[in-house]
Amino acid sequence: MKVYLDNNATTKVDESVFEAMKPFFCEIYGNPNSLHDFGAGTHKKMAQALDYLYDGIRANDEDDIVITSGATESNNWVLKGVWIDEIMHGEKKHIVTTEVEHPAITATCKFLEQQGVEVTYLPVNEQGTIEAHTVRDFIRDDTALVSIMWANNETGKLFPIEEIGQICREKDVLFHSDATQAIGKLPVDVVRCNLDFISFSAHKFHGPKGVGGLYIKAGRKLTPLFHGGEQMGGRRAGTVDVAGMIGMGEAMKLVTSPGALAHEENYVRALRDKLENAILEMEDTVVIGGTENRTPNTTLISIRGVEGEAMLWDLNQNGIGASTGSACASEDLEANPVMNAFGSDSELAHTGVRFSLSRYNTMEEIEYAIEKIKGAIKRLRGISSSYAYAPESHKSGL
Amino acid sequence: MAKGDLISGSIWDEYSDVVVDRMNNPRNLGEITEEQAEEMGAELIVADFGAESCGDAVRLYWAVDKKTDKILEAKFKSFGCGTAIASSDVMTELCVGKTVDEAVKITNIDVEKAMRDNPDTPAVPPQKMHCSVMAYDVIKKAAGIYKGVDAESFENEYIVCECARVSLDTIKEVIKLNDLKTIEEITDYTKAGAFCKSCIEPGGHEDRDIYLVDILRETRAEMEADKIKNATDSSHEVAFAQMTIVQKLKEVEKVIDENIREMLVMDGGNVEILDIKENGGHIDIYIKYLGACVGCASANTGTLFAIEDILKKKLDENIRVLPL
Repeated sequence: MKVYLDNNATTKVDESVFEAMKPFFCEIYGNPNSLHDFGAGTHKKMAQALDYLYDGIRANDEDDIVITSGATESNNWVLKGVWIDEIMHGEKKHIVTTEVEHPAITATCKFLEQQGVEVTYLPVNEQGTIEAHTVRDFIRDDTALVSIMWANNETGKLFPIEEIGQICREKDVLFHSDATQAIGKLPVDVVRCNLDFISFSAHKFHGPKGVGGLYIKAGRKLTPLFHGGEQMGGRRAGTVDVAGMIGMGEAMKLVTSPGALAHEENYVRALRDKLENAILEMEDTVVIGGTENRTPNTTLISIRGVEGEAMLWDLNQNGIGASTGSACASEDLEANPVMNAFGSDSELAHTGVRFSLSRYNTMEEIEYAIEKIKGAIKRLRGISSSYAYAPESHKSGL
Repeated sequence: MAKGDLISGSIWDEYSDVVVDRMNNPRNLGEITEEQAEEMGAELIVADFGAESCGDAVRLYWAVDKKTDKILEAKFKSFGCGTAIASSDVMTELCVGKTVDEAVKITNIDVEKAMRDNPDTPAVPPQKMHCSVMAYDVIKKAAGIYKGVDAESFENEYIVCECARVSLDTIKEVIKLNDLKTIEEITDYTKAGAFCKSCIEPGGHEDRDIYLVDILRETRAEMEADKIKNATDSSHEVAFAQMTIVQKLKEVEKVIDENIREMLVMDGGNVEILDIKENGGHIDIYIKYLGACVGCASANTGTLFAIEDILKKKLDENIRVLPL
C-alpha cells in the first residue's frame, strides 16, 4: 500500500481541477491579451477562476488578487515591494515577522537586512504560536509591515490573524499573512482580518504547482517585482499561466465551500487524531507545540531515540511518505527553524516527524500507516545508542 | 551550480546498494556484555561519540584480547540517519581482527570506500559524507579508553575539514604554493569544504573552531607580511620590478656607486638619478649629468650605454636610461 502523508509539502491535483485545466493546453491556447477569438476564448473561464478565488478568501471586487508563480513569489513581492515603497522611498525602516516563517519570508527578510532594513523576528511560545499583544509591543513608529503566517507548515499551529489585523489597523501598519497552509483547512476572510496582503500557492490545496496568488487590498500601492507587459492590470508582467489560473480557481472552489471546510474539520481531523493518538500511545513521544489550535490535517511528533531521516527511510520502505524537521534529511543540512524555535529540549531537535493528511486519505490507509510507524519506531529504537534499550550503565554518557 | 545541482532532494538516489542494505539490515548491531567479553578472555571497551542533540550519536563495543591487543569482536548502536547507521556498521566490521593500533588508522574515508558498489562511485552524496565522520571519531575514543590516553593524542595534525580529512598545514601549504585566492580554489585543490560545507564559514551545519575563510584570510595576510619582510630584509630577493619606488632608487644608486660613479668622478663629472617611471613594459630611469659630463661627447653614447648596460645586467632587462 502507498500512503501519502506529506500534504503540507504538496498535494495531489484533484481530478476535477485537472479536467478544468485540460482544454487550455491544446484547444483553447490563445494568449488572453490577443485581439482575436483564440485569445478571447480564455476570458470567460479566467473571469470565473477569479470569482472563485475572490469568494474563497472573501475578497471585495475592488481588491486585487494577482496570479503569481506561487507563494514564494508572492512573499518576495510583498516584502520587496514594501521595502521599495515605504522604506527606500518612505520614512519607514522596520518589519515585524516571526522566527518560524517559511524560508520565502525568512530568507527574503535576511536579504532585506543586508540592505539596511531592520527586522524583528518574534519567537514563538511553547504552544508554537505568538500572542497578538506581543506583536503590538514590537510595532514601532517606523514599522512598515507586519508579516505573520496564518498557519505553520511544520506544526499546523495557528496564529491570531484577526487580532493582529486589528492591532495593525489601529497602529496604521501594513499587514501581510502567508496563508499558504491555511487555504482549504479553515475559513480565510481577508476583510474581517483587516489584511492588506495574503500569499497562497495552488499546489497546497489540490491545484497545480507553479501557480499562486497575492491578494492586495484596494488602494494599496505595491511596486511590481516583474516589469514588462501590462498583464494583471499592470501589477505583474508576464503572460498569465492560463491553465494554472483556471486550475487554481477550481481548486479554491473545491476546498473553500462550507461543506469542504466541514469535511476537513471533521473527517480529516478524525483521521489525523487517530494517527496521532496511536503514535502517542508509545512511550516518549510528544506533539510539538501541543494539540490545541492547529490545522486539522497536521501533526509534528517528536519520537525520542529516533532520528528523523532514519524514520523517513523506514516509512518509505513501507510505501509511506512523510516529512521531517530533522537537519539530516534536508540536502543543505540546515536545522529546522521550527524545531529549533521550540528549543526547550535540544535532544529532540532531530526527532521530529511531520504527518500531514488530506481529504484523500482513508481510514484503511491510516490503520496501515499506524502499524508501519510503530514497527519503524521499534526497529530504530533497537538500533539507537541513545534510547532506553541501551544498558543503564552506559546511558549517562549521552 | 550546474545541471546536476538544479533538481534537489535526490540524496537517497545517490546511496550505494551497500549503504541501503546496511541501513535496512545492519550486521553488527547490538552490544557486548561484560560476561561475553570475559568468556572470550577479552577486555570490554564501550565508547560513545556524538550526541542526540547534534543529530548523530554512536556507541562502539570492542572485546579486545589483552595479550595481543587484537579486537576479537565489535558491535555498535547508533542514533542517526541511514548513512550514520550504515557507516557505523561497516566501521565496526573493519575493526574486527585488527589490533587497536591498526584500528586507529581507519578513517571515515576508508569506511566510505568500503561502502562503495564500485571503486569509482562515492557511496553517499557529498553532504552525507559528514555523517560517516563520527564512525572515525568513536574508534579514537575507544582506543583512548583502552590505552588510558586522551583520544586526541592519536591525532598528530589539526583537521580542518573532517569529511575530507584535510589538515590545517595542508591547506596553508596549498594556498602558499599555488597562490590561492578563493575558497573555491582551496576546495578544488584539497576537497576541503566539498562535502558538508561546515568548515567553510560560520553558520553551517556544525560549529567549528576554525573556518576556511579565516585560514585563507590569515594565510594571505601572512603571505603579504612575508613579502614586505623579504623586501626590507634583503631587497635582492625581491625582483626589481616589484620594488617600491624608494627601493628602486636605492638599488639604482647602489649599482651606480659600485660600478660607474668612480669612473665619472675621475673625469670630473657625475650623474644624478632624477626619477624612475614604469612605462609600458619598460622601466625608465631619468638621469642628469653633472660637471664635466655635461656636454661630453660620449655622454649620450658610450657612457650612457655603459650605465644602461650595467643596470640592465644587475637589476632588470627592461631598464632604459634617459638623460635629461
